[in-house]
Amino acid sequence: MAVVLAGGLAACGGVGSSGGGTGGASSGGEGGALTTMGFGFPDEIATVRVDAFKKAYPDVRLAVNEGQFDEQAFLSAVAAGNPPDVVYLPRDKIGGYAARGAIQPLDECVATERIATGDFYPAAQQQVKYAGKWYAVPEFYNSIILLVNDKAAKDAGVDPKSIDTSDWDGLAKLAEKMTRRDGNRIKRFGFYPKLPEFLPLWAKANGADILSADGRTAHLSDPKVVEALEYATGLVKAQGGWTGLKAFTDTFDYFGAENPFTKDQIGMMPTEQYLVSSMAGTSPDAGITVLPFKGRDGRPVNNVGGNAWVMPKGAKNPQAACRWMKTMTAKDTWIAAARARADKRAKEGKINIGTYTGNAAADEVIFSQIVKPSGKPAYDDAVKVIRSVQQAGFVVPQSAAAAEFVKTWQDASTRVLLGRQDAAGSLDKAQRDAQRALDEAAQ
Amino acid sequence: MTTAAPAGRRVRRLRPETRWAYIFMVPWLVGLLVFQLGPMIASLALSFADYDLISAPRFTGLDNYARMLEDDKVARAVGNTALYTALHVPLAVVLALVLALVLNRITGRAAGAFRTIFYLPSMTPYVAVGVLFLFLLNGQAGMVNDFLALFGISGPQWTTDPDWILPGIVLMSLWNLGSTTIILFAALRNVPRELAEAAMIDGAGPWQRFRSVTLPMISSALFFVVIINTITSLQMFDQVYTMFFGNQIAQQSSGDAALFYVVYLFQQAFQFLHMGYASALAWLLFLVIAVITLIQVKVGNRLVYYEAEEHAG
Repeated sequence: MAVVLAGGLAACGGVGSSGGGTGGASSGGEGGALTTMGFGFPDEIATVRVDAFKKAYPDVRLAVNEGQFDEQAFLSAVAAGNPPDVVYLPRDKIGGYAARGAIQPLDECVATERIATGDFYPAAQQQVKYAGKWYAVPEFYNSIILLVNDKAAKDAGVDPKSIDTSDWDGLAKLAEKMTRRDGNRIKRFGFYPKLPEFLPLWAKANGADILSADGRTAHLSDPKVVEALEYATGLVKAQGGWTGLKAFTDTFDYFGAENPFTKDQIGMMPTEQYLVSSMAGTSPDAGITVLPFKGRDGRPVNNVGGNAWVMPKGAKNPQAACRWMKTMTAKDTWIAAARARADKRAKEGKINIGTYTGNAAADEVIFSQIVKPSGKPAYDDAVKVIRSVQQAGFVVPQSAAAAEFVKTWQDASTRVLLGRQDAAGSLDKAQRDAQRALDEAAQ
Repeated sequence: MTTAAPAGRRVRRLRPETRWAYIFMVPWLVGLLVFQLGPMIASLALSFADYDLISAPRFTGLDNYARMLEDDKVARAVGNTALYTALHVPLAVVLALVLALVLNRITGRAAGAFRTIFYLPSMTPYVAVGVLFLFLLNGQAGMVNDFLALFGISGPQWTTDPDWILPGIVLMSLWNLGSTTIILFAALRNVPRELAEAAMIDGAGPWQRFRSVTLPMISSALFFVVIINTITSLQMFDQVYTMFFGNQIAQQSSGDAALFYVVYLFQQAFQFLHMGYASALAWLLFLVIAVITLIQVKVGNRLVYYEAEEHAG
């Protein structure tokens, strides 16, 4: 059993005790070996940037262990004192690992290699910092927009472009109008609010943050968060309930040609922009409209996310690791990758809606020089909308108990969705559990 | 291997077969010490500590054990696991026995083919079974509800309704009866034919022959599969984790309805890095399994007819 194995590691006395310098300190000389974890070569965006690193540092022996980030493998490697040099992981995990010392601060790396951190979007910068220090370098920048199925809107007698998420009463009525059922079976779910994972978005839309800026105080029982959860879960209940919706969405193939928009299974939903990128490749003629997701004050709200590069404790070649992180996220590398993507899509005759990086300076060039109008208004307008909401990006601050905190508010949302508790009671419990976890982690 | 010969004592040499037996056991013994016993002792020590895998363990006495009493998720996980075990074990044993009886009646060339077919589901990896049943049991588009609809029954949301998730998991668990069936089938083959024939001559019907002859004669095998199925049920992880916890979105959907004990243990260890607490949970499970097995053995000794083996031997 995994715990037993971990125990064995501890018993050997080598738990995370091996060397490895801090970020930027060269222990591997100019070259040496560089091992990555959590990264692969799914497309030209990856290969072009890896090639750029190989070209810049030909004396580094690069070993890319392809595959998704595996928490258990990562922690076991760190505990055994034999971690990879760089790890590619979701940014929302950084706080928990940083607080426990599983990953190294990168301030020295950033200074030594002169990483242009000012190029990164402010929200991406905030998400890779913990306790005022750099702990990661951000990669992509996933924005949330509202994706509308034009047919569903028209069936409901509404011009899709006129849909406004700041009008919560109007939105609820529209959701019900868009819904189609056949007995117990859902044919089309009008408005999928993407709970529980998008609770921070709904709270922000109602003017509340679920965690204090310093990551130490939970705000889950804030009346505005309660109101947001009540409203969003109410949308699901009014359209038939959570159990049916979840079973329905489990059948979706989001990234294929038979996605829920082309199959007319969803009326509208907030979603990350990469779904639109995927649809541009698979469904160029889809009748969709992309709109900003607005808060009740009428301004866009955008809970951004993405992956980042971190350097684990005990990394053997921190200098090469730092150079890797710099190269993979630098403006010029991103531009080269975006150009390769554009060329490939052009050759395939597919629409290219661009590459949305964490590097704002790179995005400026990509969207002014590389991404050209496709002639498909739905996707050309989508690019404008996605670009327009990027600066409105916000993140849930990093905390020492990041994983526990996420679990508490997601569990709270699920309890309400399942009708097991009301929003106030469920978020009160979540507030107590989350605060206890945050306090324990802070100690 | 030979024993040392102290002065004045008779040298006792091991027989070659015994010596070879010990030699062949060495790899297993090394594995036991290095990969099981050592880590078990380490995890026992960690169960009294606060340990996050990165920093050094900090001794906290019985805190982890005390915390279990206050943790409502532990109570939920224990409840789910106990209910699953109570439903799965009798159903699995009875169904496997029925399948074994059917197999026992098939003779001739077809017998081998049927034994293979009955065992085939056991060859499917647990993760594949989990994914397969996630589709089969889907309340909106699954084949199980499509089948029920043929009889005018509106099937439940097996994979999303908390009241139906556990029955759905029990249904899935019955897919994998191959090993239990084969063990019971082997036991049935060892029942002396003359006993059944003598009972028939005495006027016993099929049910009486089964209850008074077959069942006692295979009771030791039944006892064994009950113990094994109980232990594996209490340790249920792979299929459930694949179905309901394999990714972040899946984790959010079911609340705690599919929170089995080992799943919670895994979450505490590798999601929240509470290795000390997870070690305490692991030791509690170990003790529970040991106690249940002990009770089963005590009760079993009264009910099981062991002379069947002597008779067969």
